[in-house]
Amino acid sequence: MSGMFVHNLKLGAASLRRNPLLTALMIMSIGFGVAASMVTFSVFRAVSGDPIPQKSARLFTPQIDNRGPQYNRHGEPPDALTYTDAMALMRAHRAARQTLLFMVGLSVMPDNARIMPFKAVGYATHGDFFPMFDVPFLYGRPWGASEDEARAPVVVIGRALNQKLFGGANSVGREITMDDRQYRIVGVIDDWNPVPRFYDMFSNGAFGDAPQIYIPFTYAIAQKIDTYGSNSCGSVGARGDDWDSWLRGECVWVSAWVQLDTPGQVRAYRQFLDGYAEDQRRAGRFAWAPNNRLRDVTAWLDYEHAVPPESRIALSVALGFLVICLVNTIGLLLAKFMRRAPEIGVRRALGAARGDIYRQFLAEAGMVGLAGGLLGVLLTGLGMLGVGLVFEPAVAKLATLDLSLVALTLLVAVLATLLAAFYPTWRAAQVQPAWQLKSN
Amino acid sequence: MLKMTHLSKVYRTEVVETYALRDFNINVNEGEFVAVTGPSGSGKTTFLTIAGLLETFTGGQYHLDGVEVSNLNDNERSRIRNEKIGFIFQAFNLIPDLNVYDNVEVPLRYRGMKGPERKERIMQALERVGLASRAKHYPAELSGGQQQRVAIARALAGSPRLLLADEPTGNLDTQMARGVMELLEEIHREGATIVMVTHDPELAARAQRNVHIIDGQVVDLAEDPRFHQAVHAARANTPA
Repeated sequence: MSGMFVHNLKLGAASLRRNPLLTALMIMSIGFGVAASMVTFSVFRAVSGDPIPQKSARLFTPQIDNRGPQYNRHGEPPDALTYTDAMALMRAHRAARQTLLFMVGLSVMPDNARIMPFKAVGYATHGDFFPMFDVPFLYGRPWGASEDEARAPVVVIGRALNQKLFGGANSVGREITMDDRQYRIVGVIDDWNPVPRFYDMFSNGAFGDAPQIYIPFTYAIAQKIDTYGSNSCGSVGARGDDWDSWLRGECVWVSAWVQLDTPGQVRAYRQFLDGYAEDQRRAGRFAWAPNNRLRDVTAWLDYEHAVPPESRIALSVALGFLVICLVNTIGLLLAKFMRRAPEIGVRRALGAARGDIYRQFLAEAGMVGLAGGLLGVLLTGLGMLGVGLVFEPAVAKLATLDLSLVALTLLVAVLATLLAAFYPTWRAAQVQPAWQLKSN
Repeated sequence: MLKMTHLSKVYRTEVVETYALRDFNINVNEGEFVAVTGPSGSGKTTFLTIAGLLETFTGGQYHLDGVEVSNLNDNERSRIRNEKIGFIFQAFNLIPDLNVYDNVEVPLRYRGMKGPERKERIMQALERVGLASRAKHYPAELSGGQQQRVAIARALAGSPRLLLADEPTGNLDTQMARGVMELLEEIHREGATIVMVTHDPELAARAQRNVHIIDGQVVDLAEDPRFHQAVHAARANTPA
């Protein structure tokens, strides 16, 4: 069987060499079609993937409706929490792990005078953030609950910032100055930037650069460090004139995440949220029935429409283009195969079963697919350079031609070509030997 | 070896039914050399394509080497074609992109024969037709007579039980035709069963027996007096 397969490949190669123009047209058709699909797919894959597959079903973000049916959006609670609600959840501590976070942007004053001060962006959060999200550490460790409680001026910095300030050396225990405050470095994390950045969809940073600083939420609040991300006050009031009214107000700006490991814990947490909202209603703060949500990572990204619409549109257009290329290939293969009807007639007369004809011509089509796939890989590589013309830069840079995409390109090219070859091959196998031989 | 009983072949369109063969009976014994003759359009080639399992028939029975073939599926028919039948066509029907060796190899490949045995059979068949030295040539590099010899080698390589020849000299000049005919006679003398379709009385005269077809039916040769006389004359001129 393998001998016949090799023989069919040789026949296919000879046949393809015989009509170089037709062969080139088919290969180009497949190559361009597959490349367009793969370039857009690489973007789609990056933006639509599960950013934390090992835990996405156990990480939940609570939402509490503090606006009521009159002001909320289509019945949905806001995408973030008020400081009041966020702190209430933290104090209740009903989850195995829990963290709050908001974006901060601080000016770093390097000790090295040759480096100009610059803005570093990151998060004010709790120590649980790091083990909850499986953040990889290069040096040191996260800060602990005691440092959260003590509002300690500590910081975990990113690899890039560590490289910039300390040449990549272990900087744990050293101090950096940000916005005139001294922070002690307790850890340096490796490159870590889940895409989309599920834990902060609220601040529009889903596809931004990796954050470089993480400071305790409690310290940031104590130091009145304002959010560098979004806030939403809706129609429920302004942010107020001073820090205390900002914290007490109904503007939402804090994201919360909890880790719930079992369905029972999830149920219990939902009940807790409803109980909390009911308490708020009784206290007169809410004038509506509890309207909370507790979405896991996948549901949250779906709700937030994390996949940019242009990515879906581009992928659809590219797939449409691939279909057109395949239809074109069907036509070219049909012309090529039916031109060989006399040969098929002779082969059938000499004992080839229809299956033999299928195998011979599918082998030939498979070779076209493989060649188209190789061209597709090349064009996909070139296409990566032009992704920025279609997508915004933060999204465009996510497109990469890695080994899995190369393999996928080849696989799609071969399978798509085989699919396109089914009809021409079927037609070829239907050639009646008698007609061909009589007509000669 | 080949027995057709009350066989019919009807081509149907929406408005007309055309009988290519009607109540057709023939019996060819093992080792016979039979010429099937008849004017153009009489049904000779239809008979040959049905005999070669290249086409199905409408009614009647056909036994080939003791097997009733009407209920065989496509795969079984392909296998019998491959193992029991050797075809020699008027237009040679060599595959132009394959060299002589590869052309002769085609039926052996479909039989799943191992490489060394294939090679031995191919070279034997080519030596048999005197073209072993042309194994690497392509059909276009050969004369018509040589191409038909390659086709005969291809038919012989699989050691078929039955050789079916359709106007085997129809595309050849007289000298080449004579050479091909002598080759077929030699093959017959070695024990092959040959059924040859022709409208040429001289070729028909060289077969052991003539089966004459008119309008899709076997008739007595006497019903076609002109052809009958031509065959007789040719036989008289043929050296014994």
